[in-house]
Amino acid sequence: MTAVTQEREAVAAGGAMRAAERSALETLRHGLRLSPEFRRGLGGTAVLAVLATLGKVIIPFAVQQVIDHGLRGAAPDVPFIRNMVLLCGLAVLLTALAGYLMNVRLYRATESGLATLRGKGFRHVHDLSVLTQNSERRGSLVSRVTGDVDQISNFMQWGGLMVIVAAGQLLIATIVMAVFSWQLTLLVWACFLPLIFVLPRFQRLVAAGYTAVRERTGDVLAAVSESVVGSAVIRAYGSEDRTARRVDAAVDGQRAAQTRAQKIVGLTFPVTELVASVALAGVVLLGVELGLHGSITEGRLVAFLFLITLFISPLQTATEVLNEAQNAIAGWRRILGVLDSPADVADPENGVTLPRGPISVSFEGVGFSYPGGVPVLHDVSVDIPPRTRVAVVGETGSGKTTFAKLLTRLMDPVSGQVLVDGIDLRDVKFSSLRERIVMVPQDGFLFDATLEDNIRFGRPSATTEEIRLALTELGLTDWLDGLPAGLDTPVGQRGESLSAGERQLLALARAYLADPDLLLLDEATSAVDPATEVRIARALDGVTRGRTAVSIAHRLSTAEAADEVLVFQHGRIVQRGPHAELVEEPGVYADLYASWTSATRS
Amino acid sequence: MSSKVSTAVMRQGLKVIGVAIRTEPRVFTAAVLSSGLYGVMTVASSWALGRATEHVVLPAFREGRTSAGALTTAALLIIGVAVLKALGIMGRRILAGIMQYRMQAASRRAVTRQYLRLPLAWHHRHPTGQLLSNASSDAEAAWGPLAPLPMAVGVIVMLVTAAVAILVTDPVLAIVGFLIFPAIAVLNLIYQRKLSPLATRAQQLRAEVSEIAHESFDGALVVKTLGREDAETARFQAKADELRDANIAVGRVRGLFDPMLEALPTLGVLAVLLVGALRLQSGGMVAGELIEIAYLFTLLAFPIRALGWVLAELPRSVVGWNRVQDVLDASGSMEYGTARLDGHGPAEIEMSGVTYGYDPEAPVLRDVGFGVTPGRTVAVVGPTGSGKSTLTQLLARLIDPDRGAVRVDGTDLREAARGAVSEVVALVPQQTFLFDDSVRGNIALDRDTHDRSTDEQVWAALRLAQADGFVAALPEGLDTRVGERGATLSGGQRQRIALARALVREPRLLILDDATSSVDPQVEKRILYGLREGSARSTVIVVAYRMATIALADEVVYLEHGAVADHGTHEELLARCEGYRNLVTAYEREEAERAAIESDEEVVA
Repeated sequence: MTAVTQEREAVAAGGAMRAAERSALETLRHGLRLSPEFRRGLGGTAVLAVLATLGKVIIPFAVQQVIDHGLRGAAPDVPFIRNMVLLCGLAVLLTALAGYLMNVRLYRATESGLATLRGKGFRHVHDLSVLTQNSERRGSLVSRVTGDVDQISNFMQWGGLMVIVAAGQLLIATIVMAVFSWQLTLLVWACFLPLIFVLPRFQRLVAAGYTAVRERTGDVLAAVSESVVGSAVIRAYGSEDRTARRVDAAVDGQRAAQTRAQKIVGLTFPVTELVASVALAGVVLLGVELGLHGSITEGRLVAFLFLITLFISPLQTATEVLNEAQNAIAGWRRILGVLDSPADVADPENGVTLPRGPISVSFEGVGFSYPGGVPVLHDVSVDIPPRTRVAVVGETGSGKTTFAKLLTRLMDPVSGQVLVDGIDLRDVKFSSLRERIVMVPQDGFLFDATLEDNIRFGRPSATTEEIRLALTELGLTDWLDGLPAGLDTPVGQRGESLSAGERQLLALARAYLADPDLLLLDEATSAVDPATEVRIARALDGVTRGRTAVSIAHRLSTAEAADEVLVFQHGRIVQRGPHAELVEEPGVYADLYASWTSATRS
Repeated sequence: MSSKVSTAVMRQGLKVIGVAIRTEPRVFTAAVLSSGLYGVMTVASSWALGRATEHVVLPAFREGRTSAGALTTAALLIIGVAVLKALGIMGRRILAGIMQYRMQAASRRAVTRQYLRLPLAWHHRHPTGQLLSNASSDAEAAWGPLAPLPMAVGVIVMLVTAAVAILVTDPVLAIVGFLIFPAIAVLNLIYQRKLSPLATRAQQLRAEVSEIAHESFDGALVVKTLGREDAETARFQAKADELRDANIAVGRVRGLFDPMLEALPTLGVLAVLLVGALRLQSGGMVAGELIEIAYLFTLLAFPIRALGWVLAELPRSVVGWNRVQDVLDASGSMEYGTARLDGHGPAEIEMSGVTYGYDPEAPVLRDVGFGVTPGRTVAVVGPTGSGKSTLTQLLARLIDPDRGAVRVDGTDLREAARGAVSEVVALVPQQTFLFDDSVRGNIALDRDTHDRSTDEQVWAALRLAQADGFVAALPEGLDTRVGERGATLSGGQRQRIALARALVREPRLLILDDATSSVDPQVEKRILYGLREGSARSTVIVVAYRMATIALADEVVYLEHGAVADHGTHEELLARCEGYRNLVTAYEREEAERAAIESDEEVVA
């Protein structure tokens, strides 16, 4: 238990920290490096974006032309207006085409980049050590390759585009304005400039509101999932009302947070409209004044009124775009954080591929401690010769499971080394290692598929016949025949449709099918009935084909059958030898055994 | 997608909206009024601008002079209209939000209430993930159209006002407007129709990508120990690539329609300029009016799309609504009678002819019958998968038998009043479940509010469950929060807290379903002795493999393939039931065989 807590605390600190410190710009640069697709054809897309943006000033330009040139005389100059309108219409179509091409290119580039990023992130999560996988909550690892990527995608295709279009719109509008009248341009900017300082403040408010919504939404999900996952216990203890109250509180909290966020957005959103109206009024007042002195034409003044509308939408959406940008950067930062967490237990480059066959394992002065924690294993040295059956016993927290994780290289020792056939585990190619050494954990996870598919996970090339044979060899035909659809029985999500014991049977069959040279069982039959357990134990020993079997068990029947027993206490091997010898000498093992026999014999 | 189907979807979607309007009529009315204000003021702002142009700007340029009064009026008019418009926007946004969130919250509450009400058998048929999304994303989708709805209503007001305004100003220009705006609306409708199946597909794929990630990371240890990282990555990447292609398809449609929707009103304004010039020539209108209409066109171009947003949300809304409704309509809820089970002392149990199957074709239990006299401890023994856990669920009335009956003190559990069974029976299941609450909250549950179960009682239960030691050592003792699903505790600790939760109730029937499997043997032994001492007031049913547990039992029910193969004392069963003998003496026989083999080897040697 202490080990578990240490594990969490120590590792939780690691990966997240590094990533949080990265600046937005660095994040962007680093992210682009990891997904080169983003940059492919970026120049062309940018040119198209500029062309598409030009479409926005066609109307003010046309209005100005019509008033100043078309309507100058007593009668409108219809041919001029006609030509001008046709020309502008053509320009509109061209900019629309540019918009289409830009969108298509943008989507293709960003989605390709993001698919790559998802894949890389996913793979890296699997490469992380079990320590990191356990400490980062699983759900949050999932959102690294789903929600976080979606946020980047949203921003790149909507927000990012908005930024480009909005910036272009503001720039082009300003240029056209400046050409028409620098005084009015200054006036317009004087009206809008304060907004540029106020908007980031609004955005912080809005962001805080949304953060609260996200947190409360998390509460709702947790409360609802408790009422679903815990449905049996809730009914058994008649605590429906209590659970309902908890759900209600969470739902109300979420609604309150949503309403609050909406109020902030609702109150800040129309501010831009108000500012725009002040600018419009100002332009009318000052424009007329300027017109009286002849420094502006009426067409240009009216065009200004149209140009001001170009300022509204970029500024109106600015808070939302800023939000999206912030979320996207944060999401990106989190994914990069995962990708940057070193796969501390990594597949060695040019690793050794070991030949199959009888396997020998030795621990040489192995010590281990969780990052930032006290040592949980001290100076463990032991040789496991080929074709032996080893039982590992000891109380909870004595270091048994740590020993197992080091043996299967789920973690690397802090000191000393673990050798397999004389080669340091850290130098063995992963594919070779996983082929030779397989561990069956206590809670053997099952995938939402059929029995057959789950067993085949151990060896994808296995035929149905081979799977049946494996089950027969394990003595499980009787159980299989009792299932409604035999091998085709679906196991449900995480194997929910099966009992705990049945899930363990499946996990064992899966490992048995994989046929490793060393099979490590970590309390893998704790929920199985004794008769089946004994049958399985015999089949798994597989001494005839030279397999080594290491079992961690608190049922000491396993120890009795083993060639050698390793007794762990406080992270050290305190006793070792065959059961018959150990049980004779006073010590930890004799005590454990006495308590076990009193529990199993009548 | 035939138009027939979409019409049906449309009609259903409008019905869903109707439900919301009936539920929140006042908020809806206020939101629509705000939005109407916004619509009218949008048109008014173009009128203000046109008026300023005609009466202030153009005369000033023509005549070279202006009056301060006219200028001030124009400026105030522009600002005044904008203030009203801003108020309309605020009201529309905030009220639409309030309405949407209220409906969502109501759906979430109703759905979860239903989860808590529906029997466990219903839960068995529905995957956890699906139930979670019913309460989260489906409830959200169902009321999705409520956000843009007032805006859409406002836009209709806006369009009518604009139509009137243009007609009044110039009937010829109105023709241009009547051509352009329906065209935008129709184009947007086509857009949303093309987009929505693609968007739905992308959404679906997003969920699938997430499912694979969830499952794969949950099984990370298995993936790692079997070296299947590459295969898993390939499985994930294939789905991620599908999602990429679906998103690109969405992008292509967006890329096509968005620029068209922008271009259309722009072309409209150009047409206004051209036609307007002709009208000016013929003296049908003045320049200010031309500007007013052109400005109106630029203002209307964007809001008119809101009509499309509501329509776009409708299919998603209908799907979400139907899923939520399926949960709400689910029947087969547990029926309760009126009988109380408030006898005193240990309960009497009787199971007769009980048959149960998760899949009725393949029953897990077949014609199970046995009785237990009050105060006895009965061990339920049987091979893995023989139906022991199902039996315990029947005894606690988490499920009802397909045939036969379970009786406590002679009362069929189906006739017991709501809550009566859980007052008397406490089940500790094989899979420990803890709430994200304090240790005290997990043990006392609701009792602190009505039964005034004191800390002393909680500690007594913890002592009996051999959990007082580690709980006392926790940083905040009973107030320590155990985290989601008890994540901060070890498996054995979680089991002992779950045991204390049952013991604190002093149940008349205590059911332990292999409830100490993660507890060290020594600790388990102490628990079992404690139970034997203290269980005088309970009838105990215990699912077990261990001899020590079986030895504590007065009698044994031996199950094989879902049927009672034998029932009697341990000694009787040992003597007459081969399957039982094989099961419980497996370790000893194995030891004996080994000893025999070893002695043979010695002889040979």
